[in-house]
Amino acid sequence: MPDLVALALVFGQLSLVAFGGGNTTLPEMHRYAVEVYHWTTDAEFASFFALARAAPGPNLMIVPLIGWHVAGWSGMFVAMAGMFGPSSIVTAIALRLWGRFQHQAWRRAVQTGLIPISVGLVAASAALITKASDQQWALAIVTAIVALLATKTRLHPLWLLAAGAAFGWSGFGQ
Amino acid sequence: MAEAPGVFDLFRGFLILGLSGFGGVLPLARRMIVEERRWLTPLEFTELLGLCQFLPGGNIINLSVAIGTRFCGLPGAIAALVGLIAAPTAIVIVLGAIYARFQSDPHVVHMFAGLAAAAAGLLIAMAIQMARPLWGKPLRIAFAVVCFVAIVVFHFPLIPTLFVLAPLSAYAAKRLGA
Repeated sequence: MPDLVALALVFGQLSLVAFGGGNTTLPEMHRYAVEVYHWTTDAEFASFFALARAAPGPNLMIVPLIGWHVAGWSGMFVAMAGMFGPSSIVTAIALRLWGRFQHQAWRRAVQTGLIPISVGLVAASAALITKASDQQWALAIVTAIVALLATKTRLHPLWLLAAGAAFGWSGFGQ
Repeated sequence: MAEAPGVFDLFRGFLILGLSGFGGVLPLARRMIVEERRWLTPLEFTELLGLCQFLPGGNIINLSVAIGTRFCGLPGAIAALVGLIAAPTAIVIVLGAIYARFQSDPHVVHMFAGLAAAAAGLLIAMAIQMARPLWGKPLRIAFAVVCFVAIVVFHFPLIPTLFVLAPLSAYAAKRLGA
């Protein structure tokens, strides 16, 4: 299958199942990019995720990176259109229907029921990204310290990313 | 309420938002939309965000589309969405190009390895923060754990996993209030 078609199909499909925000799709994105299509290695995927985290804006910025890595500018546009198009169309349509569903009991049940699923998916993303990132014990310690600081303090994430990058640059333990 | 924004106002507002939202756009989005530009009242914002979280897609992406559609229809949706993602896209591509160019320099490889390790830590912290409201609700914890195991241990694809677990979880929430 040509890369552009595969990119459109993969991200178009992810777009429609991205319940609970973009990070819930990372395991599936990882499965396609690394295992199914071999677009990136495990380590490249983790690096792209890190680059996307270091950039401002919404947390789905790994999508243009993968598209660009696979097929240059056209890959970037196709991946982004795939990821942001379908869900945006659904949102625009749902906005028109919103008033009708507002008081229905099933809407609350679905909303509540999706919460644990979102938690499971984000935890799965964290596990997969950690496994891909931490090939050495020193890196695993960086991950653990950042996780601890980000949970217990209000330090800005950018400082933690910068500290991780600086520690990495030293080459210690790698 | 201030005057309703036009297509260009939407583009500009979300462009600034995309550029400034390091490590989480949502708190900044609320400040811009509700307090600074007064496009929505606090209640309207919360309701609209609730809808956006319920729908598939990134929350903030959906919010830009919803606000764009609300004020200017399709052109507004496109202006807001493109405004939001234009600058971050340019920045990640520059970062990606730097990564690709210096991929063979050991210092750069090590630096990106450290960056990736830190980013993994941030994701773990986010999972912990999201899991907190589940505490003391064993059935919800069970659904989260089953979902985690299905994806991480058994490598099940996302869509069948969602189609089995989400209705069961919604049913449990409705019948048992769990």
